[in-house]
Amino acid sequence: MFKGDFIQNLPKIYGTYTGGFIVFIILMALAEQAGVSAKNIGVMFVAFTVLIYALIGYLSRTIQVDAYYVAGRQVPTVFNGMATAADWMSGASFVALAGGVYFGGYTYMAFLVGWTGGYVLVATLMAPYLRKFGCYTVPDFIGTRYGGNAVRAASVFVLFIASFTYVTAQINATGTIASRALGIPFEAGVWVGLISILICSMLGGMRAVTWTQVAQYIVLIIAYLIPVFWISSNVGGGIFPHLMLGDEVARLGELEQQFGLVKNSAADMKAAGVPGGLKYISGSHSGVPEGGMAVWKYLSLAICMMVGTASLPHILMRYFTTPTVRAARKSVAWSLFFIFLLYSSAPMLATLSKLALMDPNLPTGIIGKSISEVQSIEWVQRWSEVKQVFIADFNGDGILQLNEWFMRGDVVVLATPEVAGLPFVISGLVFAGGMAAAMSTADGLVLAISNALSHDIYYKIINPKAETAKRLLVARTLLVIIGAAGAYIASFRLTSILGSVAWAFDFAMSGLFFPLVLGVWWKRATREGAIAGILAGIISGTVYLTWVFPKFSVPIWGGVNTPFLGIDHLRFGLIGAPICLVVMVVVSLMTKEPSPATQKLVDDTRIPTGKAILGKQH
Amino acid sequence: MSNKDAYWNKTKNHMIVTLVLWAFFSLVIFMFGSELNTMSFLGYPLAYYMTAQGSLLAFVIILFWTANKQEKIDEEHGFSEREDD
Repeated sequence: MFKGDFIQNLPKIYGTYTGGFIVFIILMALAEQAGVSAKNIGVMFVAFTVLIYALIGYLSRTIQVDAYYVAGRQVPTVFNGMATAADWMSGASFVALAGGVYFGGYTYMAFLVGWTGGYVLVATLMAPYLRKFGCYTVPDFIGTRYGGNAVRAASVFVLFIASFTYVTAQINATGTIASRALGIPFEAGVWVGLISILICSMLGGMRAVTWTQVAQYIVLIIAYLIPVFWISSNVGGGIFPHLMLGDEVARLGELEQQFGLVKNSAADMKAAGVPGGLKYISGSHSGVPEGGMAVWKYLSLAICMMVGTASLPHILMRYFTTPTVRAARKSVAWSLFFIFLLYSSAPMLATLSKLALMDPNLPTGIIGKSISEVQSIEWVQRWSEVKQVFIADFNGDGILQLNEWFMRGDVVVLATPEVAGLPFVISGLVFAGGMAAAMSTADGLVLAISNALSHDIYYKIINPKAETAKRLLVARTLLVIIGAAGAYIASFRLTSILGSVAWAFDFAMSGLFFPLVLGVWWKRATREGAIAGILAGIISGTVYLTWVFPKFSVPIWGGVNTPFLGIDHLRFGLIGAPICLVVMVVVSLMTKEPSPATQKLVDDTRIPTGKAILGKQH
Repeated sequence: MSNKDAYWNKTKNHMIVTLVLWAFFSLVIFMFGSELNTMSFLGYPLAYYMTAQGSLLAFVIILFWTANKQEKIDEEHGFSEREDD
C-alpha cells in the first residue's frame, strides 16, 4: 500500500481513513447508548487512534537517507500543508488556546495573530529558498552557505535550545492527556506518550512523521470543530459560529458590566486556598485596553511570535519535503489555511463557553447563582475533585460572583462539551484530538533535534565517511535518547520553572532568524558575521531572560527587575534578535567579502530552477 | 542587466509588497485597536474581529496570492519548474 503509486493514491487513502474515523465515532456513540462507561470510551478513542499512527509509522519504515531526512522530497502540497498544521498545532494549542482567549480576551489574541502571521515571513523570506538549497536540516543550510564547522555547530546549539524547550512541554501535554484518558498516573502517561511518539518516528524518520502527521491533523481538526459547531447550536449561537456570534460578543460585554470586572488581591486568593494554575475572568473579552503601553504589549508579543515562527527549525524543515520550490510556496499557504480552521474557531469556543457560564438566562449559567446550587451541579463536582475548578466566596454573600469562579484554562476545551450537554462520546473525541495534537508536535520536534545532531554534528563534523546504515543507526539512537531525555525532564513536572512555550520562539528568533534571512537576501554576509551574530543573539537573549524572569533573576541577579520597555520574559527575542542583526552586519562588513563560489551559491539559491545546491543524497 | 538580475529585482519588489501587506494586517491595524473597536463588522467590534479571525484570514489570502504572483514572475523569466515534478 505504501509502495509504487502511493503518492497518487493519497487522496483515496486519507479519504478512506477519514471515513473510517467517522464510522468509529458513530460506533462509539452507539456504544455509549448501549451503556459502555465514559472511561472506556475515552480509552478506546486514544488507543484506537494511537494504534493507527503506529501502523502508519511502521509501514513508512525506510533505509534511505533522503527518505529518512526529507521524506524523499515527494510530499504533495496539500498533504504537506496538513502535516505542517499538525506539526505546528501542539497539545497546548489544542487544549489551552481557547482557555487563553477565555481569560485573556483581546490582549491574549496577539498570540493568534503572531502564530499565523509568521507564515507570511516563512513563505516570502525562507521556505522556497531553503527548499531550492536542498538541505536536510536548518543547520545544514547555515553550515553550507557560510561554510565551516563552527557556524554549523553554533546553529545546532540554537536549534537544540529552542526545540528542547518546546519538546518537554509537548511530552508533558502528551502525558497529561494520556493519563486522563487512560486513567493512569501522570508519570506513566509521559512514558506511554513517549513510546507512541517514538513508534511513529523511529523506523521511518521524516517519511513516517509526515504520514502520521497528516493522519493526526484529520483527527485533531474533526475533534476540534465538531464540538464548536454543536455547542454553538446548543447554546443558541447559531449553526455557523464564526459568522454569527456578534450578538453573543456584545452580550458578554453587557454581562461584564453587570457582574463587574474585579481584580482579586494575591493575599485574598492565598487565604482562600485557590489551587495553582487556576484563573478567573478579570479582563474584558472584546474591549481593547487603553494606552500606548497596552498597544506596545500587543504588538511586541505578535512580533516575537511571528519572527519566532519563521525561525523554528521543526516548521522550516517541513518545507524541505516538497517536490519543487513552487510546491514549497503553495504548501506554506495550505499550511496556514489548515491552521486557520482551528485558530479561528478557538475564540468562538471561548465566547460560547463564557456565555454558557455567565448568562443567567441560559440553563447552563452559573455566575450570579447561589453557591450551594452551583456546587451541586454534577460537572462542577467532578472537576472540583481534580482541582480544575474552584469556588471562593470572598464577599461571603453566598452568591457566585465573576471573580469568585476559578478554572484551569484547559477546562474550556475539555469540559465545555459536557457543560453544554453534549454526549460523552464528544469528550472522548476531544481526548483523541488533544493526543493527536501533542504527539504530532512532539514527533516533529524530536526529529528536528536528532536530525541536526546526527546529520550536522555526527556526519558532517565527526565522521564524514560514515556509511548510510551507520548514519541511520546514529540518527535513530539519538531520536530515542532525545525523546527519553525530554520525557525524563517532563516527568518532574517542572513546567513552572521551564517556563512558557513562548520561550522557544524567542530563542529561535534570537539566534536563527537573521542568519537565515541574510543567508539568502544579503550576499555580503560572511561566515565570521554569522558566527558572531548567532552567538551574540542567543547569549544576549538568554542573559536578558535570566535578568527579567523573577524565578531566575532573584537567585542570579539578586532581585526582581522591571522589564526594559515592557519587554518581559515572553518577549526576550526583542533583545536577542536586534543584537544578532547588528553584530552580524557589523562583523560581516569588517571581514572579507565571501568568495565568488559562495556568491554563486547564493545566486543559484535565488532561482527556482536548476540543480539543488546540495545533492539528492549528501 | 542580466535575466537573473531582472528576475531577482522583481522578486525583491514582490517580497516588499507582500511584507507591507503583512505588516498592515499584523501590526498597523492593531496600533488603532481602540478606534477600530468603535466600528463593527458582522456584528463584532472590528478590532476584536480582526484579531480573532480577520487578520488570520487575510494572511491565508496573502499567501495564496503571493505564491501565484511569484509563479508568474518565474514564468516570465523562464525559471518556471516543470509541471510534472
